[in-house]
Amino acid sequence: MSATADLAPGGAAPETAASARAHRRPSTLMVLRWELRKLVSQKRTYLGLVLAGLFPLIFVVVENIHQHGGRGGGLSIFAGEITQSGLAAPVLTLEFLSAFMLPLIAALVAGDIVAAEDGNGTLKTILTRSVDRGQVFAAKALAAVLYGLAAVYVSAAVATIGGVASWGFHPVRTLSGTLVSAPRALLLVFAANAMYLIPLIAVIAFGLLLSTATRNSTASVVGTVGFVILLYILAGIPGLEGWQPYLLTEQFANWHGLLRTPTDWAPILHSLWVCALYAVPCLIAGYLVLLRRDVAGG
Amino acid sequence: MSHTPPGEAPPVRARGLVKQYKEVLAVDHIDLNVDAGDVYGFLGPNGAGKTTTLRMCLGLIMPSAGHVELFGRDPLRVGAAALDGVAGFVEAPRFYPYLPARKNLELLAALDGGDAPGRIDEVLDVVELAPRAKHRVGGYSHGMRQRLGIAAALLRSPRLLILDEPATGLDPAGMRDMRALIRRLADQGITVLLSSHQLPEVQELCDRVAIVDSGRVVYEGALSELRRSGGAGYRLRTTDDARALPTVQAQPGVGQARRDEHGLSFQADERHVGELSLALAAEGIGILALTPELATLEDLFFRLTEGDAKAAPPADGRAVNAARPTPLGDGIPATPAASAREAER
Repeated sequence: MSATADLAPGGAAPETAASARAHRRPSTLMVLRWELRKLVSQKRTYLGLVLAGLFPLIFVVVENIHQHGGRGGGLSIFAGEITQSGLAAPVLTLEFLSAFMLPLIAALVAGDIVAAEDGNGTLKTILTRSVDRGQVFAAKALAAVLYGLAAVYVSAAVATIGGVASWGFHPVRTLSGTLVSAPRALLLVFAANAMYLIPLIAVIAFGLLLSTATRNSTASVVGTVGFVILLYILAGIPGLEGWQPYLLTEQFANWHGLLRTPTDWAPILHSLWVCALYAVPCLIAGYLVLLRRDVAGG
Repeated sequence: MSHTPPGEAPPVRARGLVKQYKEVLAVDHIDLNVDAGDVYGFLGPNGAGKTTTLRMCLGLIMPSAGHVELFGRDPLRVGAAALDGVAGFVEAPRFYPYLPARKNLELLAALDGGDAPGRIDEVLDVVELAPRAKHRVGGYSHGMRQRLGIAAALLRSPRLLILDEPATGLDPAGMRDMRALIRRLADQGITVLLSSHQLPEVQELCDRVAIVDSGRVVYEGALSELRRSGGAGYRLRTTDDARALPTVQAQPGVGQARRDEHGLSFQADERHVGELSLALAAEGIGILALTPELATLEDLFFRLTEGDAKAAPPADGRAVNAARPTPLGDGIPATPAASAREAER
């Protein structure tokens, strides 16, 4: 190591430098940017996004083959619309992906984002810098939500581009049977994906809690997906029908209301408070766990 | 040397730190006093509670009791603000292995704010990692990671550097370089709290030490005082050792006198040795040889942590935690500073 290099200005005037820094502690937004920079440096991040884009691509290719093979139609009105307008494709892919694939992709990051840091020992590295635990937690939560948002819109973008390229930018028939113009349909696709983020955020919050509490990435990711599966099972148990409106998995279809004419806001508003019942306690618990935990790992 | 200005809070002040893990008492009422400018050695065998104490100092773990202040700020009360001007690492420094060293430092500098991002090249030069800055940390050797840990700490322009076993796992050249770096940082006015069980490292670098054993501080004070007190032993050969022994034993300020096949040995400071020589002469006993025997830090460390019965009481410094009989013996005079601290408590 260098025997001659000096450490100006810290060595020369450490008091001044430290005092100055005390007033320039990074904001939570800055910590979020740091978290995102770290996220984009990891291969795993792209794995999830590739998965999010792959399914719509496969869907479009398969539907193209079916179309050419003379097969068409489907269970929903949009399946019947698929060859009429490319804008039906993102709606159908959202329907398929919303149940498991997107929650899984979101869980990949949410379940890992604190636990991996803990397992690596880098959590203690971060916590000996100029950031509070609350800032770290908030930045990680926001980063996980932004990642979920990216996955949802990557999927929507691939499906939209693939659908429009295959079947054109044409008006689409809604769930109420009315025809909406292509630009309005595109707006609805965007809005439907945004509404889907409401229950997805609750899934992310649950994953974040597991990640913080268990300190184990695998357990957190598997636990989050397992939680979603458990809710589906609960939804199917006879006698528990009364609970169904309050199950998180039931909120995955909240966006259907947007595709009716006039727009049915009730399922969206319902999902807002139901999802808050899941997300808020998870976030508070996760924050308290991180705040009070002994960071001794690594 | 220590020079916390009057009225200013010292870099580290811990009082009654306790950490209990279920049935294991890892840290048992530890007090620490690191003054500005100290190179403070925190010594102890493995499992003594050094790392746990440093974690509490940095706010990584919560004390079961007691509190710690860094420049007068408690990490548990004020959070990250307590770490302004403080840097270091506990156990091995950890980085993102999939990122190059420079990128790791960029990320950490972003968390530090201030002028840290502009200091990356400078600190990489200091630890001589600039040529490898674009290489992923995952491919770094242990020594390189230790150096990167120092670089990451220096980004914060610290006034207090807390280093936990920084030379552990380094080859001899790496250890030498690490010591040189720490010495140089200390010379620039940075207070260093150095946890180590590398006794030569502490002996070379530190001016004050705390020695911990089983979660308790068994000595805190100046290293020179510890060495002088623990090692102020003398070997004496006289014309009549049998007659000389009671004279030596009766001499005020002289202790631990004993006779063996090589002559006499005893503990005393220089002033009392002079008086002893006059007393022996008055008895008509000639002195054939009188030689000082300075104990090494290693001797003292083992006496303190393994309870060597032959251990000598320090003439100064502070053997603490009197509830547990200290290997240095009872009736140990405390320093004025220590007495003041006791009174403060």
